[in-house]
This record gives sequence, structure tokens and C-alpha cells, in this order.
Amino acid sequence: MKHTETFHPALRAIHWLMAAAIMTMLFIGVAMVATVSSLHSLLVAIHKPLGLMILLLVVVRLWLRFTTAKPALPETLSNGQKALAHLSHWALYAMMLAQPLIGWAMLSAAGYPISLGGSLVLPPITPISNDLYAWLRPLHTWVALALFITVMLHLAAALFHALILRDGVFRSMTGRRKRSEAP
Amino acid sequence: MNKPSLSTGQTLIRLAAIAVVPLIVIALFLWAGGWLTPDKLTSDKLITVLQKSGGEHPGYRRNHAKGVCINGSFAANGKASVLSRAGLFAPGETPVIGRFAIAGGNPNAPDYAVPVRSMALAFYQKDGQQWRTGMNAMPMFPVKSVEGFYDLQIATLPDAKTGKPDPAKIQAFVQKHPEIKPFFGWAQQYVPSSSWASDRFNSLNAFNFVDQAGTRHVVRWSMVPHSEYQPINAADKNDSNFLQSDLQQRLAKGALQWDLIITVADAQDSSSDASIAWPADRQTINAGTLTINQTTPQQQGACNDINYDPLILPEGITASDDPILNARSSAYAKSYNARTREQAGAH
Repeated sequence: MKHTETFHPALRAIHWLMAAAIMTMLFIGVAMVATVSSLHSLLVAIHKPLGLMILLLVVVRLWLRFTTAKPALPETLSNGQKALAHLSHWALYAMMLAQPLIGWAMLSAAGYPISLGGSLVLPPITPISNDLYAWLRPLHTWVALALFITVMLHLAAALFHALILRDGVFRSMTGRRKRSEAP
Repeated sequence: MNKPSLSTGQTLIRLAAIAVVPLIVIALFLWAGGWLTPDKLTSDKLITVLQKSGGEHPGYRRNHAKGVCINGSFAANGKASVLSRAGLFAPGETPVIGRFAIAGGNPNAPDYAVPVRSMALAFYQKDGQQWRTGMNAMPMFPVKSVEGFYDLQIATLPDAKTGKPDPAKIQAFVQKHPEIKPFFGWAQQYVPSSSWASDRFNSLNAFNFVDQAGTRHVVRWSMVPHSEYQPINAADKNDSNFLQSDLQQRLAKGALQWDLIITVADAQDSSSDASIAWPADRQTINAGTLTINQTTPQQQGACNDINYDPLILPEGITASDDPILNARSSAYAKSYNARTREQAGAH
């Protein structure tokens, strides 16, 4: 594989787009189930198409991740730290992929129309089932909270690389060149 | 890599920044979820107070807990298509799964004890879209706001000593929410019918119908029965399930029907205040006929697994600015999540 210090520009663009989308989604999720204000229906209406967008983006992202050259983790990291970095990334990918599917399955099990706005309706992916819904609905909440916690750890780790270690890991996703290389 | 080393002070400031950024995001997240504002009214609070007034009955709806499932279809005559482009208003038949219930959170309440009844319907359009509506056999909603509904539940909770609501609390409630006076006036003179079949069920909340051109029309709707009204009688008062027995007897003889009557608001009618009934002279359109031909006990029927969320609307119908609608939607979801979990855990 070709040597590179930054991720592919398309992958970087998707990373930041998904970062914004997922944070928006998590905030909408906790707010819409609690509020009884007029925001409720607006948030529900955004939640479903945005979830589908995240699902499509994560599929494209995984495809790019496997087909483009990726920067190696710096040698200054211990094997344990590297393993932790890989593990957290695969956990993030798994949750980003699973969470929209759980949401879709959960709405299917409840017999809700999975409307994306207008007359666009996604087909159900499970039969209508009380038992299935009773299992998927809390799962959707738990994965959301796990995803939020993992994203926060990811954010803290990224800042640690950017501000303390300054080892090029943060730059591999922002795409900024090293200061020494600047003209 | 030729990076300048950091001084101890710089390192500490940077470490603080690394901690502070995620902590701010976490605080915002907790705030968005309502965890930092315990005084704010949430769907959890609404469900909790309903459980207090109706008692805890795991596996049942938190309100309108006692009911039966019904099956049938809606035959549209096409007349409402001038107001709404929703598919179900075009001439033709749409299958319906519904539910009759009595108000309140107690699934064992005697039918006679609860004057207000409801009809909930889910219409299944061929294109996968649905229209779900919960209607009540009263002419107006008691209050105009979610806070009013919550305060009403609190004010009517039975007093620990007497087992009855405290009149002083109800008096204070009326002072704060005077819009309830017409409802109390109606309730005082209301004689319930002897049958779900002869009840008229009203949407109460206003909605918007959106026509082909995209123009919005503020409407309410009612299911107006073909069966003749008969007041509740002495025998009914001794049968705690007279509504269910009556329904079975009637359906054994033939289908039951209602006309879906759409009422169009005038410019001066409020779309956001369900505590005010619109004057009787408003334009109405008969959209078609609902035919119910089967009933099943709710635990075995399809309606048991349906959340009759009033904001599940097909293209051509949208929510009005009535604040009660969002609260109903949010609270129904909480109730649905709780009871499906309890039902799944029970077997």
C-alpha cells in the first residue's frame, strides 16, 4: 500500500460530515423523546431521513476505508495504545452501521410507517412484533448512549493527539500539512 | 518530528482544554435530554401522573387502558379530495384497524364509571403511508395546553384521606385554567349512550388538510354514527362490561357504520385551542363511510400492538399549531414503549 500521511480527501470529508450528522442525531434523539413542546414532531421528522443518510454514508465510508491508502499509526504509540485505537474505531464503525438499522427494524416491528417526508416511505425490514419491538426499542437507546460515550472518548483522544502528542494523528484527518513543510 | 516541547504550564492548559471540550458537550447532551431541568414538563412526567390517577397496570396503555379491537374499512366518496390530497380520500376503500376504549388508566374500570369514550383508527393506504387518529366522544378538550392537562391530572388525584379529589384543588385549577368551564358545563348535562356504536367521536384537535395545490385548510373531523342514540339504562349500570357485550351483539347482527365528517374552520376559529368547540354552522364535508364488521379482545387483537399516535399522518394531512398534539405524540410513545416492554416481559 502506498505511503500516506493523511486520509483520502473523500474519507476526510465524510468523516467530518458524519461527525456533524451523528452529533445532531444523538442530540435530536434524546431531546425528541423527552420534550412535549412543538419541537417534538419537527425532531421526529428530521430523525428518520437523517438516520438513513448516516446509514448510506457509513456504507460509502467503509468502502473508502477498505479501498484507499490509510496513514499508519505513529511508531511512538505502544502496541497497547494502537490496539485500543483500532478497537475504538471498529466499535464506532459497528455502532454507526447498527444504530440506523436498529432504528429501522424497531419502527418496522412497531408497524409504524417509516416516512422520510412527503410520500416517501421505506419498506419494513421486520414483521410487526411486540416482542421484537420491546427488545429493539431499549437497544436503540443503549447503543445511542454507548455511541455518544465512544464519540466523546474519540474526541478527547483526538484532542490529546492534537495538543499534547502532536504526532500527526489529528492532522491525518484534518489534512493540514506540517508547519515545517509549509512554503 | 521537530516539535517544540511544551512547558508545564502549557501542558496543563492543554490537558484542561482536552477535558473541558467533551465535558461541555456532555453537559449540553444532558440538558437536551431534559436531565438538567427537572422542573420542565416532559413526557415522563405526563405518564407518571397518569399512572398515579389510574393506578399501575403493567402491560396496559397509560390512558384509555380498557378497550377492544375492531376491524373494518373506510369507503371514501372522493368529496374530501378538494381539501386533502391524502390517498385515502380518493374514491375507494382503505382497510382500518381500530380500537374502542373508555378514558382513564384503569383496565378494570366498570364501563358505567367512565362517561368519556374513544375510537382510535389506523388507516392503511396502499402506498405504505398511514393515517392514525384517536377521537373522543366529547365536543371539546378540557384544556388548551399541555400544562393545563398536567395540572388537571394533579388537581383531580384522589386525596389520601377522603379517597376523592379535593374540591379546593379543583377550584384552584379552574382559577388557573378557566377554559375548562365549557367542558364542565357539558359534562354536567351529558348522558352517555348505551353503546359505542351510537357515539359520535371527535378529533378535538385541529389539523391541516393540504390540497393538490399545496393550500392548507384548517379542519377538525368527527365519526358520526348511523346507529341511533339511546341513553345508558339501569341494566347497563349493573354490567361492568356492557359496552363490549353490546358491541358483540350488534356485530353478530351486522356491520356498524359511521360517516367521516370534516369540519372546515372559519378565519376566526382557533386551530391551537381544542378547548373551544367551533360553531355548528361551519362548512362540513362528508368524506365517506367507516364500516366496522369485527371485534376482538384487545389482548388478542391487532390493535394491541398499535400506538395510535395522532401525528402519524399521510401526505396531505399535517399537524396544526395545537400544542396538545406534540404532547400526545410524545407521551403515547412513552406509554407504548413501557407497555410493550411489560407485555414482552410477562410471557
